[in-house]
Amino acid sequence: MSTPSPAAAIPPPPSGPVPYGRETALALLADMLRIRRMEEKCAEVYGAGKIRGFLHLYIGEEAVATGAVHALLPEDNVVATYREHAHALLCGVSMDAIMAEMYGKQEGCSRGRGGSMHLFDSRARLFGGNAIVGGGLPLAAGLALADRMQGISRVTACFFGEGAMAEGAFHEAVNLAALWQLPVLFCCENNLYAMGTALTRSEAQTDLCAKAASYNMPTLRVDGMDVVAVHEAAQLAVARVRAGQGPFFIEFQTYRFRAHSMFDAELYRDKAEVLEWKTRGPIHTFSARLKQQGLLTEGKFLALDAAANQEVERAVAFAEAGTLEPVSDLLRDVHTPRGPA
Amino acid sequence: MTRMSYREAMREALRAALQSDPRVFLMGEDIGRYGGTYAVSKGLLEEFGPERVRDTPLSELGFVGAGVGAAIGGMRPIVEVMTVNFSLLALDQIVNSAAVLRHMSGGQVSVPLVVRMATGAGRQLAAQHSHSLENWYAHVPGLTVLAPATVADARGMLAAALDDPDPVIIFEHVQLYNLEGEISSEPVDIRHAAVRRPGTRVSLITYGGCLPKTLEAAELLAREGIDAEVLDLRVLRPLDMQTIVASVRKTRRALVIDEGWKTGSLAGEIMAQIVEQAFYDLDAPLARVCSAEVPIPYARHMEEAALPQVPKIVAAARALCGP
Repeated sequence: MSTPSPAAAIPPPPSGPVPYGRETALALLADMLRIRRMEEKCAEVYGAGKIRGFLHLYIGEEAVATGAVHALLPEDNVVATYREHAHALLCGVSMDAIMAEMYGKQEGCSRGRGGSMHLFDSRARLFGGNAIVGGGLPLAAGLALADRMQGISRVTACFFGEGAMAEGAFHEAVNLAALWQLPVLFCCENNLYAMGTALTRSEAQTDLCAKAASYNMPTLRVDGMDVVAVHEAAQLAVARVRAGQGPFFIEFQTYRFRAHSMFDAELYRDKAEVLEWKTRGPIHTFSARLKQQGLLTEGKFLALDAAANQEVERAVAFAEAGTLEPVSDLLRDVHTPRGPA
Repeated sequence: MTRMSYREAMREALRAALQSDPRVFLMGEDIGRYGGTYAVSKGLLEEFGPERVRDTPLSELGFVGAGVGAAIGGMRPIVEVMTVNFSLLALDQIVNSAAVLRHMSGGQVSVPLVVRMATGAGRQLAAQHSHSLENWYAHVPGLTVLAPATVADARGMLAAALDDPDPVIIFEHVQLYNLEGEISSEPVDIRHAAVRRPGTRVSLITYGGCLPKTLEAAELLAREGIDAEVLDLRVLRPLDMQTIVASVRKTRRALVIDEGWKTGSLAGEIMAQIVEQAFYDLDAPLARVCSAEVPIPYARHMEEAALPQVPKIVAAARALCGP
């Protein structure tokens, strides 16, 4: 294969002082740990056959959802992809409901009808969990249009991978959003591989910000392994979008440490590349910076980690105890129930 | 009773919807300044302004998907797609989003979206503007599919579609736009088929652009002493099998007229369900008149030959009724 290894361009791990007080810093760290421990457990129970179907883990990319969702308000809309466990959790969907959904139980956040790829919570304004690559982008433009037409000051954050930027849906949706100046924050989670196809093997233009900027949208390119860089960029962009200055595009450069899904033998990338990216892991690099600044002790880290693990154990117990929807309900929710004719 | 054209009836329906519900807005290619490809929305931009009569770029996937999002977000979008052929560019958002979001979210997200599109042949527009793909949409759970074939339904069905909390697709056959007819002030339902001509000898089951042809065929058959009943499906999903089976039980013979291609057609589905539910009531094999298995040609004589026509319907019905 003649493709140059992306490993050549891996920057050094995030470092330097963190511009936050203890409370904000630890909140970011705690959420990254909650995501990590939840997903490690997902992989474990998948191995035990408790979760089936596709399972796409976000491990390695936690800084992106964490830094970005922390910049949103609870009433903002979130549209995500099939790799959305983290986004759901941070939007306020309980870990219990997420785990129960993956178990296919009716206590799940989509009543067991969606599974790992289709986590929904209309109260949390999480509109999926979309497993059509690029499918969420037009939806996000429409949600933002509805808010604008109803005079609602809300931001719609739309997450998608760099693979979606090869889809027509990306170009059609960002054109609409920019043409109509809709309040959408487009969050590209560039983990370098669309399933197994490297960016350089699938895109003629690998500068993703250049693509987005061609629609007259402001853009930022950010180290997605650095929760600080992510959060700072997201806050800046959200403020502009909320102020009515139209859509904004951020490319978060990140990396998935695990396989694409549980069926992926990872034949398309070198182990050395994965190992090198792991030195940039968002949790240990952020923890090290906080310790250096005196914002975190090892004891506090272990306490946060233990709390995350406890939450995970409770979620697994909840999912295990969950119930299966009766088969007599099979045709439920194809249409919205209505009164008699 | 007021008399108007099918086109005017659709426009009046859109105007009434825009007037009565601030959540309603129109979106589509050239619906505003141009006035609509088939002039259905002509004048509405001037009346309601560019926020509510929204010209879109040529991006069916994008603006139909935006319609889905806007519907979830509390609006009542009416999206116009120029023709059913172009709607294939938006098929993903209709089939993979609009139709499934309620189910996939465990009942949390309803999509009150209305998509209108022109369908059918007869204007020498050839193989990329003339097809009848209603059956593709009628295949999909989660969608309601309508085919108004009368001026009254053109005027009345939109309000019922907007009242539906789930996605509704409306097919307007291009040959119907100039049809003149009466509208009434009675609300119309979007659940039932309608008997457009009562009869006793054979049931002619059809929808959309084939209804006028079928009614004409029924008059010719009457002169031969064959009293045909004409059923207008009106709703292509869910099919009103109760009305269909009741008619077939009465006449004991059925001919389905469908502008779709014969293979995999809606006509085939209707015939299968008649066989499942009323086989022992039949006195003759079921039959159908569909489009020839060819992309719709440009040349007039070839286009005419490809489509269901009155003589074909008459001949097929006559054959069913025997000597």
